[in-house]
Amino acid sequence: MKKLIANREIDVNEEGYLLDFNQWDKEIGTYIANECNVSMTDKHWEVIDYLQDKHHKEEALSIRGIKKSGVINIKEFYNLFPGGPLKISTKIAGIPKPKSCI
Amino acid sequence: MSTKVKKMLFILSKATIENVYAAFVMANGARMEGIESEIFFTFFGLEAIQKKKLENLHVATVGNPAMHIPTMLGGLPGVEALATKMMKKEMEKLDMPPVGEFLEILSDSGCKLWGCKLAVDMFHLEREDFIDELDGIITIGDFYSRADQEGTHLLFI
Repeated sequence: MKKLIANREIDVNEEGYLLDFNQWDKEIGTYIANECNVSMTDKHWEVIDYLQDKHHKEEALSIRGIKKSGVINIKEFYNLFPGGPLKISTKIAGIPKPKSCI
Repeated sequence: MSTKVKKMLFILSKATIENVYAAFVMANGARMEGIESEIFFTFFGLEAIQKKKLENLHVATVGNPAMHIPTMLGGLPGVEALATKMMKKEMEKLDMPPVGEFLEILSDSGCKLWGCKLAVDMFHLEREDFIDELDGIITIGDFYSRADQEGTHLLFI
């Protein structure tokens, strides 16, 4: 389905995750973040960079991976993206929602 | 968020690997979805938070029909250890953390971890026997009072 994000028509799934990463840029990310009540800071973008990098290397994302990331610890991660950190951060990053149970 | 579940309270009374991981995965899964979660460790469940014991939990090979080995075989020396080793290997493949690391993740994620006072007294244990992440040793009454909002669910494992 199409959704109007930052005045552009973007392809998203029924949960609002981008279907095509090529349509993503920081403006789109910021718009989605606002919808999730997250106001982006440099630290947020650092985490988004990390998630996108992992995704492009086709490495699975998990909370354990965050712990080992060296970018952020789990406590900070929950503080930056309250209400389901991996779910919300991947949405902002324009990548698919992780399928893992851990 | 569309779920009506707002808080999950788990009571873990067993220390076999499969039960401990069931509680941990569900508690962590709740936090990942923005749902609050807490675990109350009682009876043998206390083994999962004792510094000296938590990395030595085993899978039950006796009295567990889903193991698909004869019960008498399951009781032979070494069988339980072997089955446990195999299961841990499979879990590592799925990037499931060992018990100690999982507890750290849970605590950092905001999952509260409680020891049951009655069971702690019964097994003659002290605060020092438990992991640093433990939030306290409380009674079942205290734990019920943690069910302080609509959409709270209690689960006994």
